[in-house]
Amino acid sequence: MLTPDEWTAVRLSLEVAARSVAFGLPVAVGLAWLLARGRFPGKAALDALVHLPMVLPPVVVGWLLLLLLGVRGPVGGWLHEWFGVRLVFTTQGAALACAAMSLPLMVRAVRLSIEAIDPGLEQAARTLGAGRLDRFLTITLPLALPGVLSGAIVGYVASLGEFGAVITFAANIPGETQTLPLAIYSALQTPDGEATAAKLALVSIGLALVGLGLAEWAGRRARAAVGQLR
Amino acid sequence: MIEFSLRHQWAGGPALAIDFVAPEGATALFGPSGAGKSSVVGAIAGLLPAQAARVVVDGEVLTDTFRRIHVPVERRRLGLVFQEARLFPHMNVRKNLMYGFNRAPAGGIRFDDVVELLGIAALLERRPHTLSGGERQRVAIGRALLAQPRLLLMDEPLASLDAARKAEILPYLARLKQALALPIVYVTHALDEVYAIADTLVLLEAGQVRAAGPLAEVTSRGDVPLAARDDAGAVLEARVAEHHPARQLSLLRAGPLALWVPLVAGALGTRLRVRIPAREIILATEAPQGISLQNVLPVLVVAVSEDQARHTAMVELGSGEVRLLARITPDAVARLGLRAGKPVLALVKSMSVDRVG
Repeated sequence: MLTPDEWTAVRLSLEVAARSVAFGLPVAVGLAWLLARGRFPGKAALDALVHLPMVLPPVVVGWLLLLLLGVRGPVGGWLHEWFGVRLVFTTQGAALACAAMSLPLMVRAVRLSIEAIDPGLEQAARTLGAGRLDRFLTITLPLALPGVLSGAIVGYVASLGEFGAVITFAANIPGETQTLPLAIYSALQTPDGEATAAKLALVSIGLALVGLGLAEWAGRRARAAVGQLR
Repeated sequence: MIEFSLRHQWAGGPALAIDFVAPEGATALFGPSGAGKSSVVGAIAGLLPAQAARVVVDGEVLTDTFRRIHVPVERRRLGLVFQEARLFPHMNVRKNLMYGFNRAPAGGIRFDDVVELLGIAALLERRPHTLSGGERQRVAIGRALLAQPRLLLMDEPLASLDAARKAEILPYLARLKQALALPIVYVTHALDEVYAIADTLVLLEAGQVRAAGPLAEVTSRGDVPLAARDDAGAVLEARVAEHHPARQLSLLRAGPLALWVPLVAGALGTRLRVRIPAREIILATEAPQGISLQNVLPVLVVAVSEDQARHTAMVELGSGEVRLLARITPDAVARLGLRAGKPVLALVKSMSVDRVG
């Protein structure tokens, strides 16, 4: 059905998306908590910054990442020099680009579910002797679980489909950074590549549908688990 | 003992200037909404960023804005019970109860005792959303108690319950007060809760303390907002002195006063709290004859105040330390020549003596 090269693209896509969520979700949860419950100067600016990847062309996000994290960039240079870590043109880099692109979606899902939690519960926990981190881990996070789960799934599915930021920051290297959309693009550039593109597109559609179904199911399970379904 | 002092100006609200001292036992803060009750709770709990406040509980300073002391909420060790139970929906009852317990230093309040006291043993494995309102509130009280608080702070804990649920919980609160020697600050706008629980009553109105003192004393004053209510009436701390089953009567003693009431339950010596509505008391200068009345109480007039708006007069009466409050017409005050120091007879029907605790 699929050739070994096509399988590689599928496997790589799944891996990149998984790494993207692993990077992005903890950051998204932290940001969502800050935006939902925090009161600090510059909150509006942070909010705008988080949403930027959603409104910028993905190519611009990829290019900004390149400026920042390239081997000569301020952060990337430092990473390279001290830890020998190179992000550009690597699978890690592709995952990072996906994480940056899907961050707004993940933050939004988590933030909504944190905002839906009655602050009175956190206050009650506080009067019972729970400090800030304790409250976050035992009350806020478990109650926000439906949002965290759906954030993870939405982030995963969005990462599977990310094109512009990945190709700009991580390039189109088969087996390394060539995820499904990039493989489809390459196939379309090749004479007689239409059949390959169609097969890969079908796989994309299938994965997306499975992802959305999972999100729905997991969300329902999680809501039941936190006792919000009556 | 709690020393409390608060000065705070809400934007567009009344200026709060509230000071009181709460001795041992239960202190009720009573007043209409907007009187500042919730601000007091917030200031004690450390949740209200007050402009000027001082809160001392059993000698420990929790808040002192002048000395810039503010113990964080989570380290105050106050058991807060809110109007809504605020149980954690993702935990069962047992885990809710253990939440504060696991975070508190070891103390004298034991899990099994609290479960027994509040009658929640059958609920331990249930989730909060499967409980009734009254059950939820009992669990919330238990959760607060198990955090080993130095003070139980209750902010209208029964206000969201209907009369039946309320009647279900009140006895638990009274039991809890007896069983645990824990100071309680109880905020409410329901007088029946005050009568059932309070030892000390603080009357709040428009951000000020209008009266404060022992329950019996404050309820027998004619010059406080409480006295302007239709249901004004003094509360008396009494003991069961005699039972007369043949006559179906019991004799209660409150200081030097003796009150005959329909037979009550309780062994001789049992302490109970009764209330005599002010409008039910008749004053006389001579003992009436041939009358169904059981109680003719010799008292002295302590003070007379007129309520111009209602065309009534409030007469404070005393016998030793015990006080009564009577509402009569100004015309009767004039006819009998009532003034401070005059001896009179207070006529009280047995049926007018309500047991409130």
